[in-house]
Amino acid sequence: MSRNLRTTLGRVRGSGSAKEGVAHWWAQRMTALALAPLMLWFVAWIVALAGADRPAMVAWLGTPWNATLMILLIAATFHHAQLGLQVVIEDYVHNELAKTAGIALVRGAALLLGLGSAVAVLRIAVGG
Amino acid sequence: MEPSKRPLSPHLQIYKPQITSILSISHRIAGVALAVGTLLLTWWIMAAATGPAAFQTVRAVIGSPIGYLLLFGWSFALFYHMANGVRHLMWDTGHGLDIKQAELAGKVVVGAAGVLTLIAWIAGLTVMGGR
Repeated sequence: MSRNLRTTLGRVRGSGSAKEGVAHWWAQRMTALALAPLMLWFVAWIVALAGADRPAMVAWLGTPWNATLMILLIAATFHHAQLGLQVVIEDYVHNELAKTAGIALVRGAALLLGLGSAVAVLRIAVGG
Repeated sequence: MEPSKRPLSPHLQIYKPQITSILSISHRIAGVALAVGTLLLTWWIMAAATGPAAFQTVRAVIGSPIGYLLLFGWSFALFYHMANGVRHLMWDTGHGLDIKQAELAGKVVVGAAGVLTLIAWIAGLTVMGGR
């Protein structure tokens, strides 16, 4: 007999008191793994393109591979940033209302900026 | 109420800074700074999709000396956060957790961030055609 007070179903689900298990932790690691190669590719290009005019920038972003990698980078970046900022807020903001509002604001901003950036890439790559 | 006789952990102000603690808080500060930097990324891509006039404004900012300085700082923060992130991933697998190894890996991370920043800038400004 186990001395554990949790039900067997609760244990096998492994969700813990936060009811989300390791989902947050795992997503942070997986987006980090995706971002390492994507960022190596991106940083060198952004240095090369920092002073570029619009035709050069649009020509670069308009190729299918660059647009695809860029959208992946945008998705991974904003998801990873949102997960990280959530932990920072949880660590330093102790007022329950401010904490919830802060996390909601971060999530909303990440969604808005991420979606906006992805739409802009698609417009350049497909819409012309 | 009687003050507790139990030992207290040292406050941050009197806790001796060590390479591990400095790198730890730097990882978090770099992460927050990079999140703020995404605003610039979004602005840049949005402006390119919007039109020539909008893009000209962004180009004047990013292509200016201050813009390049910001970009340089951003790239170093990114490579630091990335290299230290790999250090964290190593810890997640249960490796390198004793003090000596953690300190050594920390020094490697700072060196790697510097080298990667230099490589990215040399590559970006030469073979990849940046100005």
